[in-house]
Amino acid sequence: MAESPLSDFLRSYLTVGIFASLGFILVGLLVLIAWMIRPDRRQAQKYISYESGVDPVGDLWSQSQIRYYIFALLFVIFDVEVVFLFPWSTQLEAFGAFGLWHMFFFIFVLLLSLIYAWRKGVLRWA
Amino acid sequence: MDPLLSGDVGLAEILIVLLKVVVAFAALLIGVMLMVWFERKLVADMQNRLGPNRAGPFGVLQTLADGIKLFFKEELSPQNADPFVYRLAPYLSLIPAFLVFAVVPIAGNFSGDNDGVVTMFGHETLMQVADPQIGILLVLAMSSVAVYGIMLAGWSSGSKYPLLGSVRATSQMVSYEAALGLSVATVLIVAGSLSTNLIVDGQAGGRWNLWMTGLVPFVVFLIAGTAELNRPPFDLVEAEQELVGGFHTEYTALRFAMFFLAEFMNTVTMSAIIVTLFFGGPSGPSFGLDGWFADYVLGFGYFFAKLLVFLFVFVWFRATLPRLRYDQLMDLGWKLLIPLALGWFLVVAAVKVAIDTTWNVAVVLGVAAAGLLLGGMLLKLAIRSGSEHRTDEFVGGDR
Repeated sequence: MAESPLSDFLRSYLTVGIFASLGFILVGLLVLIAWMIRPDRRQAQKYISYESGVDPVGDLWSQSQIRYYIFALLFVIFDVEVVFLFPWSTQLEAFGAFGLWHMFFFIFVLLLSLIYAWRKGVLRWA
Repeated sequence: MDPLLSGDVGLAEILIVLLKVVVAFAALLIGVMLMVWFERKLVADMQNRLGPNRAGPFGVLQTLADGIKLFFKEELSPQNADPFVYRLAPYLSLIPAFLVFAVVPIAGNFSGDNDGVVTMFGHETLMQVADPQIGILLVLAMSSVAVYGIMLAGWSSGSKYPLLGSVRATSQMVSYEAALGLSVATVLIVAGSLSTNLIVDGQAGGRWNLWMTGLVPFVVFLIAGTAELNRPPFDLVEAEQELVGGFHTEYTALRFAMFFLAEFMNTVTMSAIIVTLFFGGPSGPSFGLDGWFADYVLGFGYFFAKLLVFLFVFVWFRATLPRLRYDQLMDLGWKLLIPLALGWFLVVAAVKVAIDTTWNVAVVLGVAAAGLLLGGMLLKLAIRSGSEHRTDEFVGGDR
């Protein structure tokens, strides 16, 4: 096979790229059609934020609980873990027992972080 | 990798790719349209109602009518909204929804040495839009991008209910994505590849990952997947009784339709991913047939039949299960699904290594079962002592 300018990596994403661009075109087309045919009758009252039918009260960008943020931090731990697990699990035969013990240790350390968070009461939602 | 693109990429190859893309698009959009109708009709049946029955035979065209209606509605963006992000969010929700479908094998003959390769206009290709080497990672990446769509939609609306909905949604999707990833990793141990074509090929002949991985990853994936889709019983994100509509409260007309479309598209693609990962995708007995019938009709038939089962399951969940409370949701995700998926992952890895090397599989299984039991007991102990600790002040110390 002659060396072609496209690398294997780019080849396998060529179709994904075509799919994505067709998607953008399609969605853009829908938006364009809707823009052309929809009515446009402006009234100041229509642009008030929704609050069960009454005029909005107070600051609309309200603060939310810090707990949500801590869950996002915990997620980073486990998502990074999953990223490490994926290549390892496809190459399990190559690493064998050696890889298994290392993965046990890796997951043990990560579990300690979950246990720590649990012990700190981060996971409690009350 | 797709054999179509392994040689020189000329006009013919590009045209075939375009054809596949258009067919996949049409199939997905028609599928979504029918899914909306299927869900409304089925829920109506389960609630002893008639459901849509006016537009077209059995109300099949109701979705189309609703969609066309939304084109003719005025678009409003609330005065407090961040205009750019507010307009961007529906795209971030919709584009990832159909990009996932690009890596799903929807037909092809996987019996014998066929490996799902079909011949189209004299070129060999696979019946999926793309087969990148990291297909499953693309799925997880796209479901992460979808979180942005929902989060930014709620934040940029500059309104109270959408903000609450989007904060809930982000936390929930992020929590269950960890469990989702861990159960996928278990499948990868058995499949040995991230490519969706190879995952399906490894399951040909009834060696479905459903039982090759021992059922647990499938159950975890199904629960985490339902939570990831924000579908009932995990629909706290748009709990109508508390949050009006959640993150899309301030969206009107076509932009609302885009969120709606994305939601149902995600349901269809999630079912397709479940079928691909655990139920052998389009593989199935070919009855000694060959050629176009086995490639297209049988392959697609198997795929569609399996897909329909999961679409039904998702609707069934919605019609039967009551919504979870937020603390129950988080407990289920972090204290049950993640430890379970992680433990099961290690067990499957140990068994795989035992089979590859000279270890005694029975001993490994015994140790694994003991380890899981011990872990489960510790978990139960932790949860029980925690709840005792909390209720002490109300009921006295002797419980």
